[in-house]
Amino acid sequence: MVTAATSYGRSGVADWIAQRVSGIILLAYFLFIGYVLLSGVDYASWKALFAQTWVKIFSLMAVLSLAAHAWIGLWSVLTDYLTERMMGTTGNVLRLVLQVLIGITLFVYVVWTVQILWGY
Amino acid sequence: MLQVSIYRYNPESDDKPYMQDFQLDTGGKDIMVLDVLEQLKAQDTTISYRRSCREGVCGSDGLNMNGKNGLACITPLSATVKNNKLVIRPLPGLPVIRDLVVDMGMFYSQYEKVQPYLQNDTPAPAIERLQSPEDRAKLDGLYECILCACCSTSCPSFWWNPDRFIGPAGLLQSYRFLADSRDTVTEERLAKLDDPFSVFRCHGIQNCVNVCPKGLNPTRAIGHIRNMLVARAT
Repeated sequence: MVTAATSYGRSGVADWIAQRVSGIILLAYFLFIGYVLLSGVDYASWKALFAQTWVKIFSLMAVLSLAAHAWIGLWSVLTDYLTERMMGTTGNVLRLVLQVLIGITLFVYVVWTVQILWGY
Repeated sequence: MLQVSIYRYNPESDDKPYMQDFQLDTGGKDIMVLDVLEQLKAQDTTISYRRSCREGVCGSDGLNMNGKNGLACITPLSATVKNNKLVIRPLPGLPVIRDLVVDMGMFYSQYEKVQPYLQNDTPAPAIERLQSPEDRAKLDGLYECILCACCSTSCPSFWWNPDRFIGPAGLLQSYRFLADSRDTVTEERLAKLDDPFSVFRCHGIQNCVNVCPKGLNPTRAIGHIRNMLVARAT
């Protein structure tokens, strides 16, 4: 058993399931937004769309999925290329710094999304 | 004349590895890559590589030939040579000891992790533990592995994390014992695999399937392990 304190769900199965579920939610959301955009929107219809609670919930769900999905995916990339084995201690330091930056960025996106969805 | 380029490195005399070019007259015959190495070794006795059975059973001569891993003894020139050129390198991702000889230590320690032996804590029967033909059939495609390391050393996930990702060869053997009706420690085996690296570093790109000289499918076995882990955890 390899331990991994910085992974999203601390377990391989948890990360794997979260990655699949969040992927499906994101796909559904982007199909929905793509359909709306292709059907033609103007300011009024766009505002009316996002005035509905279910769209707000769906959007928040999509952003939370994005945060989880990005965390798991980028954690995988970082633990492939920036490791103690490849770069010595520098690898660990660099990886942790980047993970914190990614975490902050995703947190900002989530809070910003809440502000956008419920602020107007 | 076949143009052969061979990876050379002798840590006692070379600062760094280099490629050495040879010309070989194969007489138009479709010989195996191992035959090429044998003939070149007759010219230059310092060329080092592992070999034993020369018929694809022992798994000693896993090499990277024109960019693809395989067993030199059962790879005919017609299957790998293009434009009359053959580039032979050691298996990628493992430390080179000398020329085409790699240190398989990391590969074996991952194999050891999966406890590749039957474990059964029930009293042993008088003669032998019986298995139905149906249960025995579940081991087909799993037990044939010869541990040549062609699969694991073609896997990028194993290149980056050979100390944490078990790799296709180890996982194929892991499933060989998870799937065995006579093995009773399935739960303990699965508990050791439920982390983000051991199994889940496999992203299913199937390089292992592409190179396996025995035609086995580690990706499918890994999929079975993943399903067992998901079923166990949910």
